[in-house]
Amino acid sequence: MTTTGTTARLLDLGEAWTLSGSVELRPEPFGALAYDFHTRRLSFLKSRRLVDVVRALGSRDDVAGALDDCGVAAPERPAYLAALGALADGGLIQRRADHSQEDRTP
Amino acid sequence: MTLIQERPARPEGGRLVDQFEYGLDAPICLTWELTYACNLACVHCLSSSGRRDPDELSTEECKALIDEFERMQVFYVNIGGGEPTVRPDFWELLDYAVEHHVGVKFSTNGFRITPERAARLAATDYVDVQVSLDGATADVNDPIRGAGTYDAALRAMANLQAAGMKDFKLSVVCTRHNIGQLDEFKAIADRYGAQLRLTRLRPSGRGADVWDELHPLPEQQRELYDWLVANGDQVLTGDSFFHLSAYGEALPGLNLCGAGRVVCLVDPVGDVYACPFAIHDRFKAGNVRDGSGFRGVWQEAPLFQELRSPQTGGACTQCSAFDACRGGCMAAKFFTGLPLDGPDPECVKGNAATALAGARTVPGTSQDHSHKGPVRNQPVPLTLMPTRTKPASACDESPLAPSPGWTT
Ligand code: SF4
Ligand code: SF4
Repeated sequence: MTTTGTTARLLDLGEAWTLSGSVELRPEPFGALAYDFHTRRLSFLKSRRLVDVVRALGSRDDVAGALDDCGVAAPERPAYLAALGALADGGLIQRRADHSQEDRTP
Repeated sequence: MTLIQERPARPEGGRLVDQFEYGLDAPICLTWELTYACNLACVHCLSSSGRRDPDELSTEECKALIDEFERMQVFYVNIGGGEPTVRPDFWELLDYAVEHHVGVKFSTNGFRITPERAARLAATDYVDVQVSLDGATADVNDPIRGAGTYDAALRAMANLQAAGMKDFKLSVVCTRHNIGQLDEFKAIADRYGAQLRLTRLRPSGRGADVWDELHPLPEQQRELYDWLVANGDQVLTGDSFFHLSAYGEALPGLNLCGAGRVVCLVDPVGDVYACPFAIHDRFKAGNVRDGSGFRGVWQEAPLFQELRSPQTGGACTQCSAFDACRGGCMAAKFFTGLPLDGPDPECVKGNAATALAGARTVPGTSQDHSHKGPVRNQPVPLTLMPTRTKPASACDESPLAPSPGWTT
């Protein structure tokens, strides 16, 4: 099990991302569990807003759009980009080549 | 344990472990014992398995339960028993769970993992297998698990490896006799491309009868802790050993008792218990056959509400190691007759010694499915004397819950 939080990587605001096809989110009072059916790894998203951002990624042109959507103001952005970077490193979210919603059938 | 009248409110943010103390909307670690039937008779069986319960959930009821797990987003279940593969519909239920996005990790003694079955298991990411082995050599394993069980487990692992299954689990219950074999277990796991999983022997089920003779000695606990610190990132423990964190550096993992908070057990007849190691009426929260089903039990059972609060009183809260150790395992305390808010029977600071030496009432089991007669492969313990063929005396009864008594 891993928790998000520390990472070397920051996601680029201009890139397009989405939840990986093998990953499902389960809302919980503290945020959400994310489970990857391929790697059988469980991760924890420790804030509701981060969950909203992750869900918004797939339907926005870029990361900045998702953060705007969820009202993440400039001073908070580095923390969110780091958290998203950790999710990216863990394979929970993936790059989208185009800006359209990906087919998410696993 | 006292009933908390007013539950403190869940904090915002903070550490996960603090969040988990307040429980989750669905369990993370759900164990489902599919059957109490077993082809073996291991001396330390946590669920006193052997004979099938005639009231077992039917195939249709099992499928309905899987549907409910899917709705609740229980991502995976740990299927055990008994020996789950003994159930004639086992493979059908496995397929059904996979089709319904419920991953399965199932525990097996390996006897039925043929090359054909292994190939089937290797074909999907949704299934993981855990082969049980309690000695790195047959002379340590077989007295506990039964004649021929060492060879059967290794054969199963060879079949899984040949089928291309990766990272399946080799699961070991740590005892007095195998603590010295940890490196050998690791070598066996590596040889088969498996992941080593070490768990704690708890005095649950038939384990209560042999716990005194089998649980690791204090110096072995230290040896185990040091080994875990050195190899921690390469072995799984299911957070079994957080009571050892009191030695110093916390072990990786959550370090809390998850019973009824993130952990629960569904038994073959649908009874829901707080933890697989707490099969006793005291920790029974309800049954999936009740009106509101598994969801109702998990989310509303008074027992679970009671367990979902941080511990505030008791001797352990005064201990310098409390934040890491949390007083240890609730089930271990209960089945050794110790107070639930006091130290674990294997407290590394020795704080349970006096209580263990003094007068205490051991609750005993509230159910037993052990074979009544001899079993093929029956373990021939060298020094252990399982007492499960004798009826319990009245003083073995729990003061907390009426015990229906043993069936023999
Ligand atoms: S009762 Fe023991 S085995 Fe069960 S969740 Fe708590 S610490 Fe773990
Ligand atoms: S006294 Fe309690 S908290 Fe302290 S080490 Fe022992 S079991 Fe753990």
